[in-house]
Amino acid sequence: MDMFQNILITIATAATPLLIAALGELVVERSGVLNLGVEGMMVMGAVTGFAVALSTGNPWLGMLAGTIVGALFSQLFAFLVLSVATNQVATGLSLTLLGLGLSGMIGESFVGQPGIKLPNVEIPMLSELPVVGKLLFGQDPIFYIALALVFSVWWFLFRTRAGLTLRSIGDNHDSAHALGIKVLRIRYLAVAFGGACAGLAGAHLTLVYTPQWIENMTAGRGWIALALVVFASWRPARVLAGAYLFGAVSIGQLHAQALGLGIPSQLLSSLPYLATILVLVIISQNRRLTLINTPASLGRPFVPDR
Amino acid sequence: MRIELSKRSQQSAWWQLASPFLAFLLTLIAGAIVFAALGKNPALGLYYFFIDPLTELWSLHELTVKAGPLILIAVGLCVCYRSNNWNIGAEGQFIMGAVLASALPILAPGFQNFMTLPLMLLLGMLGGALYAGIPALLKARFNANEILTSLMLVYVAQLFLDWLVRGVWRDPKGFAFPGSIRFPPAATIPEIIPSQGAAHYGFLLAILAAIIVWFFLGRTLKGFEVRVIGLSPRAGRFAGFSSSGMVFFSFMLSGALAGLAGISEVSGAIGQLREVISPGYGFTAIIVAFLGRLNPLGAIMAGLLLALTYLGGEAAQQSLGISLRAVRVFQGMLLFFVLACDTLIIYKVRFVGTRKTEVVS
Repeated sequence: MDMFQNILITIATAATPLLIAALGELVVERSGVLNLGVEGMMVMGAVTGFAVALSTGNPWLGMLAGTIVGALFSQLFAFLVLSVATNQVATGLSLTLLGLGLSGMIGESFVGQPGIKLPNVEIPMLSELPVVGKLLFGQDPIFYIALALVFSVWWFLFRTRAGLTLRSIGDNHDSAHALGIKVLRIRYLAVAFGGACAGLAGAHLTLVYTPQWIENMTAGRGWIALALVVFASWRPARVLAGAYLFGAVSIGQLHAQALGLGIPSQLLSSLPYLATILVLVIISQNRRLTLINTPASLGRPFVPDR
Repeated sequence: MRIELSKRSQQSAWWQLASPFLAFLLTLIAGAIVFAALGKNPALGLYYFFIDPLTELWSLHELTVKAGPLILIAVGLCVCYRSNNWNIGAEGQFIMGAVLASALPILAPGFQNFMTLPLMLLLGMLGGALYAGIPALLKARFNANEILTSLMLVYVAQLFLDWLVRGVWRDPKGFAFPGSIRFPPAATIPEIIPSQGAAHYGFLLAILAAIIVWFFLGRTLKGFEVRVIGLSPRAGRFAGFSSSGMVFFSFMLSGALAGLAGISEVSGAIGQLREVISPGYGFTAIIVAFLGRLNPLGAIMAGLLLALTYLGGEAAQQSLGISLRAVRVFQGMLLFFVLACDTLIIYKVRFVGTRKTEVVS
């Protein structure tokens, strides 16, 4: 039973960064902006989080620094895409390329150094419950933040006026502009939120998931988060389901590798990527569903006429 | 201060020419700042990065070795991006082309004659094209986002190559290093001037491909179709052009060129299949394509420049102790500036100060 519970906990730990990054990107895309730089912002958050935690000895400061750097780094993309009206696909890509390069340079001196792990929350008594105790009441703090974030993002988008405004921009920025809504200002904020989430997700990787720094250690998680948003058809609760599904796939393949079933480890390692493709195909096949849920202005540049 | 954009009535011909140069200039300035921040002499840093590699013959040879694959891949990407098909998985197609073509010298080492090399090049193109056909099929048939699927397939290709060279294709006499057997001379792209340096005929192949695709884009009906579908999918539909046909065409063409680049690198520069055969050529080529303004001839110039950053990075590391990773930072910054400067082609840019003083550029 303990083994089973441990597997569930590792799945949750693997799912958490995907969940946070995807929720951030969901808000960005709901505002009509496609930021393909998630991988870059995530890896920047990962390296800063690690560096700050190591030099201050405080993993919480690392988390905070990763989040802030993610948000700041996203503003580079926001400036180009929003103020200079560049192509969103290409600009997002360049954010990823720059992030991977910069993080490699910053992290050079941290390679191989032991990191600091964010301590787990232990709610007394409850965490000693059988089976679910540790899973629900003894996890790392970011696990709870991620779950709270699912609810907050849903509540913000679908239950507040500001959320309605944000979605209206994503669906038709020209009409929103005509109504006097500050399209670009709200998009700047949305992109910053997405960047903060990606940065936090990255910091989770280096401070909780595997407390060390390895170059390119995000290993495509930013891209999987982007796919999760499509998979979830831009709905927060479905991101939760998707992230745990992917957490299960990536932990499952790790356990299969450890068991040594005679399956090449490379095939098992490629399962999360293949699963992403499979899931995208299944979801996108239904063109009507995709059309209804996709923010109609997604990826289109907006230049206010004055 | 705020930036105001207003659409030009016509694209600016002047900025079309000037924007890549301005972008490069801005990259140099930003690079100098990075060097200064690292505590290095900025002038010296830029010298080693962009001039030192051009001062010696052997390193000019190296330049063509690095530029060849970049140009080949970027030329294909030009066609993709012009038609609005976002293939960002060229790195995977590069690998799969190299893998399929390497099967010939690895599985049939006895087959050595004048047909070996041409067959390998064809297999390389086939491998890349088929692998690029997967995201094309998923987009055309299932409407799946090609950006994400093509990128995911890069990781799959890397793992597949890793499995091959550590497993079934591993040279048993290869000591501790995972890798295939070394290719026999008949399966090796020869060097152009062996006494001088490493430049091989793969580079000429790249130039040739760029000229052919340039002619194709500008002077043929199919090339016209690419441009129309890219500029306005609706207009393309009215003209009777098949957009799903274009998905396959552009993906498989760029996949074929990436695969050709893969086997040209493995057969011309490396000489065997290894677990890593590319320093990210497939991604750097995206920058090349944009810096060349999605024009195959522009890609030649841009490919040489990006190849220079690889060599310059090595020179700067040896002389000044600057991290090799600075190369990727330079490349990323370059793409940013290119994209920003391209805005000048379509828009008039005004900087509006708080006191309403205006500078028109």
